[in-house]
Amino acid sequence: MTDSAIPAGEAPDGQPTRTAAFEKRLKQRYAQERRFKVFGLFAILISITILFVLLGNMTINGIGGFQRAELQVPIDFSEAGLAGDEATLGQNNAVQMLEMQGLPQIVAFAAEQHLGAAGASQLSEHAWRQVADEVRNDPLILQRTETFWLPASGDLARGLDDEGSPQMQALAAELANAGMLEKRFDWGFLTRSDATDPQQVGVWGALKGSILTMIVTLALAFPIGVLAALYLEEYAPKNRWTDIIEVSINNLAAVPSIIFGLLGLAVFLTIFPNMRSAPLIGGMTLALMTMPVIVISGRNAIKAVPPSIRDGALAVGASPVQVVFHHVLPLALPGILTGTIIGMARALGETAPLLLIGMRAFVATPPDGFTAPATVLPVQIFLWSDEIDRGFIERTSAAIIVLLLFLLVMNALAIYLRNKFEKTW
Amino acid sequence: MTVLHDMDDTADPKMRARDVSVYYGDKKAIDDVSIDIPTKFVTAFIGPSGCGKSTFLRTLNRMNDTIPSARVEGDIELDGEDIYSSGMDVVQLRARVGMVFQKPNPFPKSIYDNIAYGPKIHGIADSKGELDEIVEKSLQRAGLWNEVKDRLSESGTALSGGQQQRLCIARAIAVDPEVILMDEPASALDPIATAKIEELIDELAGRYAIVIVTHSMQQAARVSQRTAFFHLGKMVEYGPTDQIFTNPLEERTKDYITGRYG
Repeated sequence: MTDSAIPAGEAPDGQPTRTAAFEKRLKQRYAQERRFKVFGLFAILISITILFVLLGNMTINGIGGFQRAELQVPIDFSEAGLAGDEATLGQNNAVQMLEMQGLPQIVAFAAEQHLGAAGASQLSEHAWRQVADEVRNDPLILQRTETFWLPASGDLARGLDDEGSPQMQALAAELANAGMLEKRFDWGFLTRSDATDPQQVGVWGALKGSILTMIVTLALAFPIGVLAALYLEEYAPKNRWTDIIEVSINNLAAVPSIIFGLLGLAVFLTIFPNMRSAPLIGGMTLALMTMPVIVISGRNAIKAVPPSIRDGALAVGASPVQVVFHHVLPLALPGILTGTIIGMARALGETAPLLLIGMRAFVATPPDGFTAPATVLPVQIFLWSDEIDRGFIERTSAAIIVLLLFLLVMNALAIYLRNKFEKTW
Repeated sequence: MTVLHDMDDTADPKMRARDVSVYYGDKKAIDDVSIDIPTKFVTAFIGPSGCGKSTFLRTLNRMNDTIPSARVEGDIELDGEDIYSSGMDVVQLRARVGMVFQKPNPFPKSIYDNIAYGPKIHGIADSKGELDEIVEKSLQRAGLWNEVKDRLSESGTALSGGQQQRLCIARAIAVDPEVILMDEPASALDPIATAKIEELIDELAGRYAIVIVTHSMQQAARVSQRTAFFHLGKMVEYGPTDQIFTNPLEERTKDYITGRYG
């Protein structure tokens, strides 16, 4: 009448879940679960760390890119004798008018008075244009003394960063100590375009080029992609041909982007030979790349619409087209939009195919249309990162921040739209 | 063997099927079924799973058209008109022969829009006021008006299962059909909701020809006046419900009714 009477492996009370072997297995199972959790946590931590290093590095470098060295120049307009009121300064030729009245000389003179000859010589040669712009915005400036912060030359900017020639470093230190030279936030970075001098560059040209290119891409890829997905899911017979089409579309989505660039070069630029580096051609090339992504995600979203909804609509007498446009498409839209945004985000960051169709040109004016020469943000970043002038390093980081913000805005818009259209059934 | 009863209420049937066979690819799902669906009565299709009763029901408003491999042979007439002829518009047919499905499938739209959808696409209502009237009337007939009249703009999917099914019935009624096909309308519902659906079928029976597919023999006995028993793709027996349940002519029907199989 002892425990030894019970066969080995069986618990005293006869319950199989109380045996030592069972408890051991149970412990192992919990340990396994804990291990798995730790691995998962580790993976998340690694990705978060990498993300933070990337973003942190970019922000620290990029903040400098939004600033530039500027010189303080007070100008007393009351003695300068410039003529102009709101009416004349509102005209298109106002800047030329001010130039003819001697504004560049007035600025140069005022700079020399305030900064001395050496300092004034380091004022950027286009500084007076900024004064002209501010006068146009506020003609009353012409009645008083106004203090401007005008861009310094690239040499002086390097001097402020303790680089370049010793004379320039000394001059920069002297002006900075007098409070006449400092790094100031440069709003113009967002409104100017590419230039050879890092003091004068801006991202607006590239940003506008990107926006125009994305509009073309979206306008082509979205309707074509959605219609293709709808046709393949709703109308196409299931046979060998549609199988071949499906495989082809999946393959197309996996083709390296530079191949699409070659295609754009060979086809689009042959048809439109005068549109090298135009957003239209860039958008068409990127649309080729984006379309398969939209088709695939669109088909999946359409497949996910429950057949019962289709049946319900058919049963009250809706025609197949009505079923598609009243029920299937609205329900599939969130999924289609998600796929579209993924495709568009990829297209926005794409550089290689655009280099091939000539979008790597130096474009100093923002494109004024879909057929004007343009560059795009990622190509601009690529071009600046290739520059030897040190001032471009920070500008490159700043342009990357602009690109990331643009992406963030696009993604936020996508999430907003998706939530807006999302419905439960 | 197919048994057809000459009953006075089927003298002028709403729908008439003759020698109907349905194939899915090479597989014959329905074998040579002939049946008359009377006007203003409830006809029940009973039989074990996979016997083809749902398939046959779906041929009555050509919902099988959506299955590419399905093929229908034989004649099906609605008021003497061949519904599979080229002259019959399938959109119009489905407006005349409505359908309610096994699983409630309201559109993910508001309750109002669920009902108004059919009248809108068929252009039945000329004005907003008329549409409002149709929505109210349909919901009232479906016995749902009092429960939802204060929240017509809420989503139809937010209702309970039984309410959703009554919403689907109201949706079918809204286009003013002549026949309503119901494919196991209560099989996904609890007993109380089921009772409400059955009550509703009773009330609607005077107005429409109703064909109901059901797994539950009790339900068939409760709601229908005519019962057809399907087995292995064939219609074994068709007659007044009382007779099918108390005194079936066929041995197989008797076996099924008494629970020997199925």
